[in-house]
Amino acid sequence: MILMENVSKWYGSFQVLNGCTTSVSKGEVVVVCGPSGSGKSTLIKTVNGLETIQEGKITVEETIVSNRKTNLNQLRSRIGMVFQNFELFPHMSVLENVKLGQMKVLGRADSESENKAKLLLDRVGLADHAAKFPSQLSGGQQQRVAIARGLAMDPIAMLFDEPTSALDPEMINDVLDVMVELANDGMTMMVVTHEMGFAKKVADRVVFMDEGKIIEDATKDDFFGSPRSDRAQQFLSKILSY
Amino acid sequence: MGDFDFAIIYNNLPFLLEGMKTTLLLTVAAIFGGIVIGTVLAMIRLANIPVLSWVAAAYVNFFRSLPLILVIFWLYFLVPLILGRPVGAFASVLVAFVLFEAAYYSEIIRAGISSIRSGQAAAARAIGMTYSQTMRFIVLPQAFKAMIPVLLTQAIILFQDTSLVYVVGLKDFLVSAELIANRDQKLIEMFVFVAVVYFTICFAGSMIASRIQRKLPV
Repeated sequence: MILMENVSKWYGSFQVLNGCTTSVSKGEVVVVCGPSGSGKSTLIKTVNGLETIQEGKITVEETIVSNRKTNLNQLRSRIGMVFQNFELFPHMSVLENVKLGQMKVLGRADSESENKAKLLLDRVGLADHAAKFPSQLSGGQQQRVAIARGLAMDPIAMLFDEPTSALDPEMINDVLDVMVELANDGMTMMVVTHEMGFAKKVADRVVFMDEGKIIEDATKDDFFGSPRSDRAQQFLSKILSY
Repeated sequence: MGDFDFAIIYNNLPFLLEGMKTTLLLTVAAIFGGIVIGTVLAMIRLANIPVLSWVAAAYVNFFRSLPLILVIFWLYFLVPLILGRPVGAFASVLVAFVLFEAAYYSEIIRAGISSIRSGQAAAARAIGMTYSQTMRFIVLPQAFKAMIPVLLTQAIILFQDTSLVYVVGLKDFLVSAELIANRDQKLIEMFVFVAVVYFTICFAGSMIASRIQRKLPV
């Protein structure tokens, strides 16, 4: 469903992505990990064209993202994205946050959008908070609203960019629970995260990045069982040693 | 103080009110027009469109480098010349104020838009909103909220600056008062009155602005 071929990107003379090739099939959950600055956040943002690329090719279903003529707005409306800092719209209620895209982008009627929004807020356990504003919610609750906002567009895939990195430890599990449930429901997911517990539980494949390169792209069992690269072994021993 | 004759104010209230109406109308119209054009200018500059952004920047720098009184003067002669017919002092002054204020408002609005985290626009784009939808529904509402105190302060300055229209003889509040003062030889009374009115309105305005500033989340 998502196919990246030899993707490269530079910020000025600094190369952030270096010939990255990977894919996410329908219904698959791919976890992208690696040390900070390895380019994993940049990589995931190229999938819906939030970050442009200079070389290579990215295809989502039949749409070529890296083609200048592609209608990116239409593509983005079909791919949900969850950000590290939630990025809920602070001047709107929780309910309006989940309704907005449905109404303005998909052209759904007010009542239909509202029903859908309420259903999704219930699904992420926040039905009682619909009338509140984002600033009145905890980080974990805000991130679950952000997931509902993405799901409201009936996406064909969901992208998660470090969804739990900005959260207090006790909030992390609430968000991961929602994501695990999504994965078990068969949602196609690409997830940048350090939560190896999450990866072990639901990932089909793990992509390990370092210095803009994809060092390892393996099934979950291979990655955790016998990572081939030294870099990935070091990374795992550091982050799993606690 | 015994010689003060404040009845002069009371007796000429309708005429003074008429002048105040002109002042307020000019202020409100210039704020509105200035903000609309200023927003467009700010968005053009921020969008980094090759030639257009440069033109917008040149416009802003040009008007910010000129004294307002000169702009009022010029447009008083230029507007009828361009249109090929007389337009009256109010119309030409209004054009001058809108063009001039747009330059200042665009800088305020540009700063306001820049103060909104880029992640907000990214989140809006990520659900498929167009650039203009993102601006209209997400960025501008937040930016304007943050800008309210500065916009109000600029409005107060603008309100005071409207008194410069005396150079083209438009009968605003100040000119009306001056006319009466000269006619009846009551200069002190009238100018004290004018000062009190300007002070009251401006002071109340800045009180409101600082109160809003305190209430806004940082």
